[in-house]
Amino acid sequence: MTNFKSVFEQYDWDTIQTKIYQTTTIEVEQALAKTKRNLDDFLALISPAAQPYLEQMAQISHELTKKRFGKTIQMYAPLYLSNECQNICTYCGFSMDNKIKRKTLTESEITLEVEALKKAGFDHVLLVTGEANYTVNINYFLKSVTQIKNDFSTISVEVQPLSTEEYKQLHQAGVYSVLVYQETYHRDVYKQYHTKGKKSNFDFRLETPDRVGTAGIHKIGLGVLLGLEDWRTDSFFNALHLDYLQKTYWKTKYTVSFPRLRPAEGVIQPNFIMDDKDLTQLICAYRLWNEDLEISISTRENEKFRNNIIPLGTTSMSAGSKTNPGGYVVDPQSLEQFEISDERSASEIAALISSQGYEPVWKDWDKTFSQIS
Amino acid sequence: MLPFKIGDKTFGSRLFLGTGKFGSNQQMEEAILASGSELVTVALKRIDLETETDAILAHLKHPRINLLPNTSGARNAKEAIFAAQLAREALETNWLKLEIHPDPRYLLPDPIETLKATEELAKLGFIVLPYIHADPVLCKRLEDAGTSAVMPLGSPIGSNKGLKTIDFLEIIIEQSKVPVIIDAGIGAPSDAAKAMEIGADAVLVNTAIAVAGNPKLMAEAFKEAVIAGRKAYEALLAQKENRAVASSPLTAFLYE
Repeated sequence: MTNFKSVFEQYDWDTIQTKIYQTTTIEVEQALAKTKRNLDDFLALISPAAQPYLEQMAQISHELTKKRFGKTIQMYAPLYLSNECQNICTYCGFSMDNKIKRKTLTESEITLEVEALKKAGFDHVLLVTGEANYTVNINYFLKSVTQIKNDFSTISVEVQPLSTEEYKQLHQAGVYSVLVYQETYHRDVYKQYHTKGKKSNFDFRLETPDRVGTAGIHKIGLGVLLGLEDWRTDSFFNALHLDYLQKTYWKTKYTVSFPRLRPAEGVIQPNFIMDDKDLTQLICAYRLWNEDLEISISTRENEKFRNNIIPLGTTSMSAGSKTNPGGYVVDPQSLEQFEISDERSASEIAALISSQGYEPVWKDWDKTFSQIS
Repeated sequence: MLPFKIGDKTFGSRLFLGTGKFGSNQQMEEAILASGSELVTVALKRIDLETETDAILAHLKHPRINLLPNTSGARNAKEAIFAAQLAREALETNWLKLEIHPDPRYLLPDPIETLKATEELAKLGFIVLPYIHADPVLCKRLEDAGTSAVMPLGSPIGSNKGLKTIDFLEIIIEQSKVPVIIDAGIGAPSDAAKAMEIGADAVLVNTAIAVAGNPKLMAEAFKEAVIAGRKAYEALLAQKENRAVASSPLTAFLYE
């Protein structure tokens, strides 16, 4: 069976990068003029040559998003279950060489955190962990999902890469979506940032979405950690990955996130700075290329950016997030993965969304559909 | 304008509405009331069935408005049937808009699973309104399976492209023994009027109203377009029946 790796290997980083930076104004205008755009058009739209067309891109992105998703924004919140991790990733607060107190939530602690999220109105929870396979493994995930599945209509997970069989188990337990970010598609750079642990295996991570798709999970989320490498080239590969997955696992939905490197304990500064203009261009380029792609904006982004990005292609937002295990109630001082930037509460974000003429959507899935597949 | 029936229910309005994509529930309610619609479809997955006070349902509580739960999100017959039973129990209606679209991109309906589910649900006593491609043969198969209406698409859902499938819609309307409701793709009041002029029994509109600059005003525009189109259809029918037989020079020789 083919997988993404075989597609990926047909491409070369430098060639793509050169192509992006040599894009001409005419190519950008051609891409803008189309009604159906392909990966070449996406490449043109993320190029520096497309920068002067940002307003036009934003207008099209707004119209396409409104048509496909309506005037709605989906609401979700992360629930960090653990910050134990056996990987060394030089940009991450959870990195194993960070000498901090580690914590994995117990059943009763999860109950407390869930209560807080329910009280804030959430019906979609994203479970997040580091990678600690002895303690925070499939058994822990299944136990946690089973514990909370009556509290949330939608359960997403962002945990270490698992096997197809394990993803099937999660699917059966009621997990709706799986997020797994490649961080960077540059093989050598990936190695520099992921020096130790299971995560240092680039290929195993690259093939993870294939395993998720094979297991029949409803939605797959991809992303690159913006700041590790040239965001344009990395984003092209991320789009290539999405394009392949969409054609292969055609019953699956796809979502993309834009984690920009943010300050965290003991981390290095980003090598490649991506400013707000760049990120807006990227979001719009994704929408112009792919009308059905869900676009998620987290609390990593600051208030001003989040206030203004809602009508430009966004389909879902987190709010009031804590990125440390126990952060909502149990242990607010535990180590966080990264510092959030928008600290407004869920109700404040919901009010912001409403004030822009959008409906905050808390529930858009029913466990019914998960119970029987 | 003639009323029409689906199952044992008579409808004065031939405009059905969807409830998704609105900027607020308030806006949705205003648009629905302005449209004069008597049947609105609501996605089971969007409703909180556990609480008594679901925000969407609260805005749909009007004596004239009947709810048509839909199975959006179901990827196969099994999931759709399960969801249908849950909807029947929770919303106390045996009416169902059957939507089975395994492809989340274009939300195109799966004809095989839809036929399977229709057969099963009709046996279980549901009034089934399946969302399907504009496929005349499938429509006849669905009739045999016990469907209460058919809902062929005019163009891809949410595309606002109008009646791209018009040649097939005309065949379906010509052949159908159950009401034909054109669903999906109707982007402007003129599309809805056209659908009525070719003899569709009703249309279902969502995106074109929900994302309009002024949803309430757009709902009124659709209301008027549907009435105009239907009147034109009925008027045309009368005209056809009353048409005098014209003398034809082609056969004149027979009488010489």
